[in-house]
Amino acid sequence: MAENTVQTTGHTWDETLQEYNNPLPNWWIYGLYVTIAFAIVYWVIYPSWPVGKDHLRGIGTVTYTNSAGQPETNGWNTRAKLLKEMQDGDARQKPYFDKIAAMPVSQVVKDPELNSFVLSAGKALFSENCAACHQAGGQGKVGLYPNLADDDWNYGGSVAEIEATLVGGRRGYMPAFGEALEKSQIEAISSYVLGLSGHAVDKVKAAEGNALFHSNTGACYYCHGADAKGRKEFGAPNLTDKVWQWANVPAAADMNGKIAAVRNVVTAGLNKGVMPAWGGENARLNPGQIKLLSIYVHQLGGGK
Amino acid sequence: MFKKFTHEKIETNAGWLIVLTMFAISVGGLVEIAPLFLLDDTIEKVDGVRPYSPLEQRGRDIYIREGCYTCHSQMIRPFRDEQLRYGHYSLAAESKYDHPFQWGSKRTGPDLARVGGKYSNEWHTQHLIQPKSVVPESVMPNYPWLMSPLDASDVADRMRALRTTGVPYSLTQAEFEKNVKQFGEDHARMFHIPNAQTNLVSQAQAGNYDGDNTSVSEMDALVAYLQVLGTMVDFSKIKPEDLVKFR
Repeated sequence: MAENTVQTTGHTWDETLQEYNNPLPNWWIYGLYVTIAFAIVYWVIYPSWPVGKDHLRGIGTVTYTNSAGQPETNGWNTRAKLLKEMQDGDARQKPYFDKIAAMPVSQVVKDPELNSFVLSAGKALFSENCAACHQAGGQGKVGLYPNLADDDWNYGGSVAEIEATLVGGRRGYMPAFGEALEKSQIEAISSYVLGLSGHAVDKVKAAEGNALFHSNTGACYYCHGADAKGRKEFGAPNLTDKVWQWANVPAAADMNGKIAAVRNVVTAGLNKGVMPAWGGENARLNPGQIKLLSIYVHQLGGGK
Repeated sequence: MFKKFTHEKIETNAGWLIVLTMFAISVGGLVEIAPLFLLDDTIEKVDGVRPYSPLEQRGRDIYIREGCYTCHSQMIRPFRDEQLRYGHYSLAAESKYDHPFQWGSKRTGPDLARVGGKYSNEWHTQHLIQPKSVVPESVMPNYPWLMSPLDASDVADRMRALRTTGVPYSLTQAEFEKNVKQFGEDHARMFHIPNAQTNLVSQAQAGNYDGDNTSVSEMDALVAYLQVLGTMVDFSKIKPEDLVKFR
């Protein structure tokens, strides 16, 4: 650009420093006018300017179903749009949920279309709501959260029982025996319990533990059952299998370690194992989702 | 008239430049902020929203101290994907006692607006001490120092400070009576500043949030706070279309 053809701002700084006063490019200035026109159209269609205690509502509308089941039309806003989208989404899934609710579980899993719906929707629900504790594959954490992928169930492994667990939540509890029993008695009970699952234990101690387990002094049988196979109404686990939920027996290197693992649980008891409730009041999941999730969990490995 | 009022005139006259710049900037503020104080439908009229108990309030302070808000939002937006994952969209009413609100704008971790009741206390404790132990893919840092004792000595002062921002914590018998009417007696007791420290300890003891009842830890406070997030409003009692009309 030649020096004399462009207008300057007229100022001169430091003797020679001048600034060009170029006009805005046409594409830019027309772009500005277009956005202004767009804004005016937008203000008319969508909610916009505040006016007094109200605001311009726009001319866009959304029609959704109100809680009385009647169609209702409201001015366009994000909440109305969301309500409609949720209802449309629910309507698309409704045929599947209806079928699952009406069918016995044994038939749901035989229907390839329904079962693939259970598996895909169940995976999404499980990942968001269950995996934080029970882990992505339902394998759980020893000492913290039960494994859902095996066939050992604290509260029962039928679909109905899993559903009850989901709806109402659970609260695990085992009293502490540290004060009620002597150390040697707890040692004996621990030996007996480990012997139940095939560990080579001191037979004398185990016999003493056996007696305590079934006596009113230890009273272990009351929750774990006379056969020590657990009572699901209390969430008391089966002690005769090799699945360990609270005492990390498999991780212990030797027999002393295994006995110590069991002994610690018997001594201190358990006041954890809290499963939140997902149904009922202020439910996080609706009954259809809970049934679907129950079928999903049932299929993770060891449903009964 | 416009001939005289040129670009050059503004740029070369500091007084005009200041006045017009301030005018241009204030338009944005007036249009976006001022109406919120005038409109009738800014804050939804819903039941259940209450101030935090002393323990929850201290938990909230720890939440802010540890910078949880830099990775976690507390604002479920009205979109289907968000509602399916996190629950009902957040209402303005739900943060009316939050000073400052914890809406956040960054989600490295999930939204926490409705995390209350979703996990057990022991999960929160385990997870805060070492997140990877329960969520292997997590990038959240460990916060093991939360198991240290909570300094509850200044909780009354903290509540007094919040009181000046409009949170209805009570100092006098009359204010207490008013809270009884609005929030019920159990809650109103918790909001009474003279009893703040006793209330804090009793809630921590009763809740035993960190699984260790020998002392009140920062974990007790933080978990108590997390467990109440998003649980105050009972949405089963609200017709969804009523909230729609609020916008």
